[in-house]
Amino acid sequence: MTAVNVIYINGLGNVSPQKTTDNNHFLDEVNRTQSNRLACIEPNYRDFISPDILRRMGRLIKMGVASSRICLADSGCGMPDAIITGTGLGCLEDTEKFLTTLIRNKEELLTPTSFIQSTHNTVSAQIALLLRCHNYNYTYVHRGWSFESALLDSVIQLRNGRTSTVLTGGMDELTNGSFEITSRLGHWRRKPVDTFELFTSTSRGSIAGEGSAFFLLSTTASHGTYAALTDILTFNRKDSVKSLPSILSGFLNRSGIMPEEIDLAVCGMNGDSTSAKPYKELTDSVKNAGIAAWKHLSGEYMTSSAFGLWMASMIMKHGQVPEAAVVRNCGDRPINTILLYNHYLDLNHSFILIRKP
Amino acid sequence: MPSRIFVTGLGFISGMGSNVQENLTSLLNLRSAIGPIRHIETNLKDELAVSEVLMTNEELMKYAGLQNTEVYTRNTLLGIVAANEAFSHACLNNHPGIRIGLISGTTVGGMDECEKYYQDFLTNDSKNSFISTYDCADSTEKIADNLGLKGFMTTISTACSSAANSIMFASRLMKAGKLDCAIAGGTESLTKFHLNGFNALKILDKQPCRPFDATRNGINLGEGAAYLVMETEETNKKTGNTVICELVGYGNACEAFHQTASSPDGTGAYLAMKKALDMSGETPDTVDYINAHGTGTDNNDLSEGRAIEKLFTGKVPYVSSTKPFTGHMTSAAGSAEAIISILGLQNGIIWPNMNFSNPMPELQFRPAGEMIRSVNMKVVMSNSFGFGGNDSSLIFKKHGIH
Repeated sequence: MTAVNVIYINGLGNVSPQKTTDNNHFLDEVNRTQSNRLACIEPNYRDFISPDILRRMGRLIKMGVASSRICLADSGCGMPDAIITGTGLGCLEDTEKFLTTLIRNKEELLTPTSFIQSTHNTVSAQIALLLRCHNYNYTYVHRGWSFESALLDSVIQLRNGRTSTVLTGGMDELTNGSFEITSRLGHWRRKPVDTFELFTSTSRGSIAGEGSAFFLLSTTASHGTYAALTDILTFNRKDSVKSLPSILSGFLNRSGIMPEEIDLAVCGMNGDSTSAKPYKELTDSVKNAGIAAWKHLSGEYMTSSAFGLWMASMIMKHGQVPEAAVVRNCGDRPINTILLYNHYLDLNHSFILIRKP
Repeated sequence: MPSRIFVTGLGFISGMGSNVQENLTSLLNLRSAIGPIRHIETNLKDELAVSEVLMTNEELMKYAGLQNTEVYTRNTLLGIVAANEAFSHACLNNHPGIRIGLISGTTVGGMDECEKYYQDFLTNDSKNSFISTYDCADSTEKIADNLGLKGFMTTISTACSSAANSIMFASRLMKAGKLDCAIAGGTESLTKFHLNGFNALKILDKQPCRPFDATRNGINLGEGAAYLVMETEETNKKTGNTVICELVGYGNACEAFHQTASSPDGTGAYLAMKKALDMSGETPDTVDYINAHGTGTDNNDLSEGRAIEKLFTGKVPYVSSTKPFTGHMTSAAGSAEAIISILGLQNGIIWPNMNFSNPMPELQFRPAGEMIRSVNMKVVMSNSFGFGGNDSSLIFKKHGIH
């Protein structure tokens, strides 16, 4: 078995608060709103799922299945060797439904449907079920590292030489209940904000979001390859003696590149003044690179880095940053190396490195 | 280079006991932990048989030496107790140079407090301190904090195979050179949420469960946590920790049959066991014992039994489900039963499949009815299957045998 060095992103599928389900368009028409929560623009699910199955499915499952279908079709892969997902909170709508009924009915007259769909692995299991895919199937559920863990596992699977394609995705849904609770925790702006002024109007809190993005990762390139997935790192900054720039240079060093070689940094800044500092440190340490952001388009959620990687992959293919995502222009500099940096509540930090294939 | 993965520490809390030794004593004395509900406030209190950890949350806090500065869900408390035991067992504090990761499985997460205070979270303006402990990662983060771990950590949720999948991912991370050592397993507390969920599915037995029995009638849910310390062969040379056994094989497959039911022919179970066996380099006739998933449901035991017969054609090794001892510990079952299998391997014991008396007409083999001692054991397999058809199998081998 030979070790695999390059991993290619050969397909994308994204259901998000933007018009992202058609890969022939890349944010050429942007949804700009005045809000503190963003909801997905959902596709016509009947295009992807038969009506009798659709009727019983929870919302996150529908979003997950549709985005995985778009991704598989985009890549031309019919049966992946593995399905690996990450979700911070899983199927919240079904969980809340079962919990609320349990409380209201005082444990009487419960039906199992929403309980069955409440487990976090339901999305990856349903994708496998509809494909009749008996291969490796995993779900990671660690806050801002959920999608990153799925991606890391995918890379390990592909590098071991036994797996040649992995369908990897990150998804979370926003419900009224979860919005209410996280509002109490101070996660969101108290008043609606113009999403395009999220980064300039500094105050506490971000805007809530949701989405499901899938990637077909492969050991071989195809005509439609978007980018090469080079490396990924999750890290914790609790009591860390290392500064962010030194963690970054250690990470880039593993791929033999210098911070100056980063053409574009795609960052998870979210307009929350209390968690802006790490992004500032990062953007200061890649002075010559362009900067792009995505959370004014997707909102903040535990697996929003999946939207970030979708955007970075599209940028690599198109060779330019869509106007709506530009934070700092990189001029005419060709985009060959993109660093993705995200953190969730300053607890779960991650770097993802992609390069021109 | 593929490294060998050694198990060097164990930590285990269940209805049978608060540490590995107490659990072993219960197993040896055929003491089942299944009984009536004591702690959890539910209408099902007098209806169901479960396996609860005896200690209350306050007692668990005291037992784990925790201060009142943080709030802990029961899930987290159980996890801390078991992870602490595993960590101290392998004396990891004396080796600062090695990269230690934590991989933990859970599914209900902090639901035990969430179901008590959900209305409060939504409507009460005075903040409830459990408001941010619902998600699955909360227990993992707190277990890591408690052990002073600052490196890699993640949480896996594949329902009842979560802990087995944590052990597999930990091994792969080490083989890929990402970690030198890992604490892997799972934790799950009983909640009203999943007691009622399983009850609505009509797969809970009011009597003690009878896996692989023709009269089996469902599951007894259980709670607890179990963690293994695993290290690479190279790391073990540095730590000098006593090797308990080696993790030689694992397999993961998806049934892709139904969200909660197993296929009648056990496709997922067969594939998971087959992959594990192929990886281990063992053959069907060198496996000494299978700790079956054996939930006691009509569906699982038939499906798993058929898969075992298909893989171990003509010569099925000793098989037992130890769920009549522990109850079904759901997300912690994979690591709990891995430890029970390892304790059998260490002590040369085949654990009995308690409550078995009537053979299933569909199967040729019978589970081990009684405890068998002084068995020369080398290789044990442990199965864990979950909702979504997420099926996993682990193989452990006695150390120093080629």
